Amino acid sequence: MSFVEYSECIQDSDVAIIYLGHNSVMPVKVQHGAQTQTRYGVIRHSSDLIGQRYGSKVTCSKGGWVYVLHPTPELWTVSLPHRTQILYTTDIATITMMLDLKPGSIVCESGTGSGSLSHAILRTIAPTGHLHTVEFHKQRSEKAAEEFSEHRVSHLVTVRNQDVCKDGFGVTGVADAVFLDIPSPWEAVGHAKAALKKHGGRLCSFSPCIEQVQRTAEALTDHGFEEINTLEVLLRVHDVRTVSLPLPDYGPDCSAHPEPDAMETPPPPSHASISMKTTTPPRELPGHTGYLIFATKPRT
Amino acid sequence: MADTGDDDDDRYRIKEGDYVVLKRGDIYKSVQILSKKKVIFEKQWIFLDNAVGCLYGDTFEIGAGGGLQPQNTKTTESPPDSKVAGTDNRNIIDDGKSQKLTKDDIEKLKDQGLRGQEIVQQLIENSSTFSNKTGYAQDKYIKKKKKKYENTVTVLRPNCRILAMMYHGREPGKICHLRYDTLAQMLTLANIHANSKVLVFETCAGLVLGSIMERMGGFGTVIQMFPGEGPVRAGVESFGFPAHFYETLHEFPICHLNALEAGTLNKRPVAGEKESTAEEEEVLPGADQQDGSPDDQSMETVSGDAKVQDQKQKEEEKRREAKALEKKVKLEEKQRKLAAAAAQLDGRNADGLVIASRFHPCPVLLRLLRFLSPSRPFAVYSQYLEPLIECYTKLKEQGGAVGLKVTDTWLRHYQVLPNRTHPRLLMSGGGGYLLSGTTVASERPAGSLQSEEPAPKRQKLKDTLG
Repeated sequence: MSFVEYSECIQDSDVAIIYLGHNSVMPVKVQHGAQTQTRYGVIRHSSDLIGQRYGSKVTCSKGGWVYVLHPTPELWTVSLPHRTQILYTTDIATITMMLDLKPGSIVCESGTGSGSLSHAILRTIAPTGHLHTVEFHKQRSEKAAEEFSEHRVSHLVTVRNQDVCKDGFGVTGVADAVFLDIPSPWEAVGHAKAALKKHGGRLCSFSPCIEQVQRTAEALTDHGFEEINTLEVLLRVHDVRTVSLPLPDYGPDCSAHPEPDAMETPPPPSHASISMKTTTPPRELPGHTGYLIFATKPRT
Repeated sequence: MADTGDDDDDRYRIKEGDYVVLKRGDIYKSVQILSKKKVIFEKQWIFLDNAVGCLYGDTFEIGAGGGLQPQNTKTTESPPDSKVAGTDNRNIIDDGKSQKLTKDDIEKLKDQGLRGQEIVQQLIENSSTFSNKTGYAQDKYIKKKKKKYENTVTVLRPNCRILAMMYHGREPGKICHLRYDTLAQMLTLANIHANSKVLVFETCAGLVLGSIMERMGGFGTVIQMFPGEGPVRAGVESFGFPAHFYETLHEFPICHLNALEAGTLNKRPVAGEKESTAEEEEVLPGADQQDGSPDDQSMETVSGDAKVQDQKQKEEEKRREAKALEKKVKLEEKQRKLAAAAAQLDGRNADGLVIASRFHPCPVLLRLLRFLSPSRPFAVYSQYLEPLIECYTKLKEQGGAVGLKVTDTWLRHYQVLPNRTHPRLLMSGGGGYLLSGTTVASERPAGSLQSEEPAPKRQKLKDTLG
């Protein structure tokens, strides 16, 4: 297993994703002799996981069962241990496309945070690209580096523990794309410009507040960025269900011929209803994650 | 700008034969650079010859004859800096006479070959109300006029983002109204990446296929399942992929799927293929004859020149032989390709599945899902919600997939300007819907009925995963 390449069977020291049910997944570090507690009972790694095919059903000790899935950045995003607020798949998908990421892209990112976006970037730029990620919180940067190595993607990423607003990304003139998710992105726009290739590249900044967007857009204009574009993407999940709509009872049908055979027709059932498949939006949905500002650095 | 020994500049240069995207404002158009070829863009004839050798991202002014002149680096937009502006519009009256230049005057200016910016300048100078407008209104006026009279075009290197935006803007019908943010979700939800084996069924002009190929960077395998005669790939061409990308691309006609699954592909379909291609090509020469030669021949017989006719017949024969040979080579090539694609499918170990077509997605999804390994993601697009509800229901009944989700995204653009920040436009509904999920190992080989499952186990299933 690796986050950038599929494999068929679960091996020792893999990271596997246990699918417990709708919207309920947990990551597991597979180790000989280890056990994992779930609400359906214990999973014994040596017998239940190692050597099994990804996607198989695993019966737990209490007789319940779960599926064990191959890790992907998307599954990781919904199961990773939070050290910070994270970016979710909807924003990540938009960022990936709008930054023109593909195999071979060189990307700069700050901050690393919990590594949700980092994993998605690494998946997309492998096997020939590289990610330079900067996190000023020492513990977080160490934890991220540890995770990258556990997930067998450390050859694709360099983690730097420094302040991007003061010290930049640690590289200049190499990046095809820069991503900023920091409180004051406008202070890092100059460093972002320096990190991007002489031939130009794309930039994205994620900010929850419109005032941050305003200041960032001004900084981008001042630094000569072009095609500055701010957008927001909202995900709607549709809950599929069968609904049943009752029909009212209009009373006996008098308009029909008052003939004897009319009397023979059975009276309509008093609780008639029509059922159908439909979707309902969830009662509450995330109405805002952040604004995404995109810009192009022209050739300099 | 001085290219001081930057040797990889070459990679960023526009070359003859390149597929490029022309851009003006928010309008995009994909074209191939061919010498002396007229291209129409935004109601203007353009010759792209002068773009060859320039760098991607360069902006050009369109000259009188449609030729391109590289724009002098950033003709800095410096509209009247004599910032005289009003504070409100209480005294601005719409009498239709504020612009002193008539339509004819403007046409004359254009004919004189005045540049867009100069025309805008003239318009401003001849507007009696301009100086009374507020600063914001002045900006807006200039912006609007610039858009109308500006005569520039930017040449870009195509990619998934640009082409998806272009198709959505120009020809949404051709891509089943797939909005670019929805395409982005699809690529991510299906975990498209290098070194995987991806199955695609699309009728989106090749845009979806091209986007997948871009994300795979020429590493791994793409198998395109296509309906009808052959795969539509106009959109793929626009990406301008290097030749080696196409070595990873396989195609399989969906009309042979039954044969493939029954294991009879090697015998029957080949014969079927022969028939269809033979018919096709036999029609062509026949039509040829009907078009011109019968008349010619009858005239020649009248003139009684038998020799000429003889010669003609010989030529005809030669042509037929050559055609037959060509046909044979083509057929063999086709069979080889089919066999290669079939071999790829036979493993039933694909790593991802993307469906985006005008066909009903449900039967397609259920059929193609069988070719995926367990624990692999898939994403199905539909312009309409209802077919995806059906897919969702059927998959729940049948099993073999978890984490099913029916979603759509809303995309909102913002205008961000000092003191004038607000949402630009709301796009909703029109972007289409997605069903995504992950395959899991099925209890029994594909096709087993649910009723065969032991009852107690099903009970438990409801208990645990309800």
